[in-house]
Amino acid sequence: MDPQRKRKIRLVVALGVAVFLAAALVYTSFSASSEAKEPSQLIGAAPGTSYDLTGEVVRGSVRRDGDSLHFRVVDRDGRGESLPVAYSGTVPDPFRGGREIVLTGEVDHGVFVGEPDTLVTKCPSKFTTSNDS
Amino acid sequence: MTASLGSAVLALVFLTLVFAAVAAVAGRDGEERWLLASRRAVYGACALLTLCVVLIEIAFLGDDFSFKIVQQHSSIETPTFYKLAAMWSSQEGSLLLWAWVLSIASSLALYSTRNRLREIVPYATAVMAGVASFFTGLMLFAGGVNPFATQSPAPADGIGLNPLLQHPSMMVHPPMLYSGYVAFTIPFAFAIGALATRRLDAAWIRATRRFALIAWALLGFGLLLGARWSYTELGWGGYWAWDPVENAALMPWLIGTAFLHSIMVQEKRGMLKAWNACLIVATFSLALLGTFLVRSGVLQSIHAFGDSTVGPYILGLIGVVVLGSTALIVSRLDDLRSEKRIDSLASREAVFIVNNLLLVALCATIFWGTFFPLISEFFTGEKSSLAAPWFDRYTTPLAILLVLFTGIGPLLAWRRVSWATARRVFFVPALSAAAVGVVLALFTDAAHKPWALALFVFAAFALVGLAQEFWRGASARRTLSGGSMPAALVAVVSRNRRRYGGYIVHAGVAVLLIGIAASSSFQTKRDVILRPGQSAVVDGREVTYVKPTAKVDKLAFTAGAVLKVQQGSAGGDEFTLYPTRRFYRPTGGQGGGIANYFAGESDSEIGLKAGPGSDFWSALSPDISSVQAHARAADQGFRRCIAGGPGVPPQCRAVGALMRAALANPSLRPTALAKIEQLQLDTAKQIATGYVSEASPATFRIIVNPLVTWMWIGGLIALAGAAIALWPARRPPRRVAADPELEALKEAKYREIRDAELDHAAGKLSDEDFALLDAELRKEAIAILDRGNGATANGHAKTPERPAEPV
Repeated sequence: MDPQRKRKIRLVVALGVAVFLAAALVYTSFSASSEAKEPSQLIGAAPGTSYDLTGEVVRGSVRRDGDSLHFRVVDRDGRGESLPVAYSGTVPDPFRGGREIVLTGEVDHGVFVGEPDTLVTKCPSKFTTSNDS
Repeated sequence: MTASLGSAVLALVFLTLVFAAVAAVAGRDGEERWLLASRRAVYGACALLTLCVVLIEIAFLGDDFSFKIVQQHSSIETPTFYKLAAMWSSQEGSLLLWAWVLSIASSLALYSTRNRLREIVPYATAVMAGVASFFTGLMLFAGGVNPFATQSPAPADGIGLNPLLQHPSMMVHPPMLYSGYVAFTIPFAFAIGALATRRLDAAWIRATRRFALIAWALLGFGLLLGARWSYTELGWGGYWAWDPVENAALMPWLIGTAFLHSIMVQEKRGMLKAWNACLIVATFSLALLGTFLVRSGVLQSIHAFGDSTVGPYILGLIGVVVLGSTALIVSRLDDLRSEKRIDSLASREAVFIVNNLLLVALCATIFWGTFFPLISEFFTGEKSSLAAPWFDRYTTPLAILLVLFTGIGPLLAWRRVSWATARRVFFVPALSAAAVGVVLALFTDAAHKPWALALFVFAAFALVGLAQEFWRGASARRTLSGGSMPAALVAVVSRNRRRYGGYIVHAGVAVLLIGIAASSSFQTKRDVILRPGQSAVVDGREVTYVKPTAKVDKLAFTAGAVLKVQQGSAGGDEFTLYPTRRFYRPTGGQGGGIANYFAGESDSEIGLKAGPGSDFWSALSPDISSVQAHARAADQGFRRCIAGGPGVPPQCRAVGALMRAALANPSLRPTALAKIEQLQLDTAKQIATGYVSEASPATFRIIVNPLVTWMWIGGLIALAGAAIALWPARRPPRRVAADPELEALKEAKYREIRDAELDHAAGKLSDEDFALLDAELRKEAIAILDRGNGATANGHAKTPERPAEPV
């Protein structure tokens, strides 16, 4: 086979593989992702769908009950109704009232039940005083 | 006073940098006066920025709270080491760090090229000074990010540095990452210079290769430190979370890795010119993107550094860089044609191309996943994000292929390798890898994790192949000059630092990936609730919560646990861990009552037993609800004492009287406050004793992480390899070269001849292949010498001098 042609075939095969992989990537990303929602959008949501809850933990609402943790989360702008959350397992160090969190889970009977090990707490770079004590 | 001096110096820096850029452009035709002026202006800006940093550090050390930056990121109680490092926990401080490091790197680059690359340097200077003036301009004009902003009257104390950040690796991590980002500016600037002047041979690469390698090593070190901090400090137990900001640092590192490989192909073969230009533009843009992501809050990240005003400006700069560079590359496509074609797929350059594609694919995947929330919002109107399993699914196979090519590359020679030679060099590594695979599949549970097993097999292939390279190199050296094997090894490595330094990096990366694969596939993680005296069995080890501990000082309330861990049944290996959790009082521990201990940050001090086989990791989440209740009750009591009146317990009448007297007479106030602080501390200590005797249950996170230690060791090996590759070679006293560029070209060609001789001596090139290659290289060398003779006409010998002792 003449080298020019060989090179062309090689290029077409490589591009074909790349396009195929990219398509797989795009396709799976849409089905594997979970929607990010704020508490006010999840009040009254039906069970069975997994969401990423993002919002701010209401100060003074954190309560430990056996191995599960209960707290309320409110929209990041601080407005709207807050959503009760149940989460079991240990929490990251920065977690506390007033912090922004991201948590994956489902709504069950009005309570957002988080999957273990999915709680992410935003890491503050600034040491801020809290005024709620 | 200091502040206004600082602001003035900063403004002067800005003007100096703008002048440097303008003077460089004015001197683009080689007018010495302008070039000297622009170079000196960059040196000057570097000196002035150093002064700015010194002024800020003096303010931090002297607790000058009239500086906003000091008041918001430090306090009197902050330890001195963290006062020095608090500068870059602020946004304005990190911008200053960016500009300062860039000015240092630019000065070094301009000094090292002061007699070279006369055409390219003016444009490169303009780019470097332009970028530096952009960041200086941000501090001056963007609003709210001037490090010399002051407030009056100055507060008595500062807010302090977040205790979570008070960790040695956290203090080194940001400057390492920033220096890595910044140092990529240098190769980018010279690439732009080369494109602008159409000087697209490998000269710009030779001049900036070191900077690219330094940037790569610093960025890698920064990533490693961040992972280590997450593992030991966050009470979470992981070292990587596919968080956008982590990804933002990983992406330029990956493309930088590809760049470091493909520039070798351009240096030696004159190929991949357009590709290299694209890679360095991509690396620099991704570095800017990293800075942008950290500072903009556009994506949900655990690194949320507050609202920022500089995001849009950085985005603007990225736009200018990407569009401008693309236009420049497209307009120069004719000059970017390869000088040669690839000889054979069985050659080192072919493997480099494959590894480049893998690295770019890895980066593209991570880029898509990182920006997916924005992409999905654009298409569906919903912000959806991708979690770790999605990333793992794609990055795992790519990483496995990458480690395979990490092993194949070093075994192949440049240009072409015959089938017989390939069989010879691949035999031992392939056999060893197969043996490792069989042993692991039969005797461990690796067979259940095919991805991990594949990675172990390929890593074994790579490590044995690299060991064989060292062995063959040292043997070849020994045949040539005798001596012992270790001495021969040292000699061959120190004579070929770039090559063997690179091999050591490869070995480090293989070891690091083994650590990641083992610890992510075979980890045991459990959260258990235990009362003192109770035990749980985790991964065959019996974990007993022996007793709680508690400690109080002015700064924090520390709850701890004594954990006894026993391997197997009684009589097995036994050790004790002391995980603790500290609850910090806000604002350096003053006022607010006892309950205030629990109003601030808390952090974990993990109990870790690290070992070559596996890490036993433990973190504690104590149940402090009763402690908090006692603290609130005690605060209530104190308030009643101070209020006075009937029904006040007798033991606190004296305190109440003292406080009331202090309210009437301000001169008594300090004594009274000190007294009450002392009483509160004593009470807190009683509460702590109560916590210990109450024996309430605590939650423990226990992780058994196999081989994770090798991840850190692998990272350090890779850094050591980079340091060896960077170590300057001893050079003979330099003759004053008439044409330094030609001299560099000549040196590079000699080096290539020596490389081929080493490959031949080490058995990587057959006699026929070597004879052909050597003849080609010598012809190329003579062509270079002829060019020199044509220019200087002083009659060199027409054969290249044979370098003494090639191996």
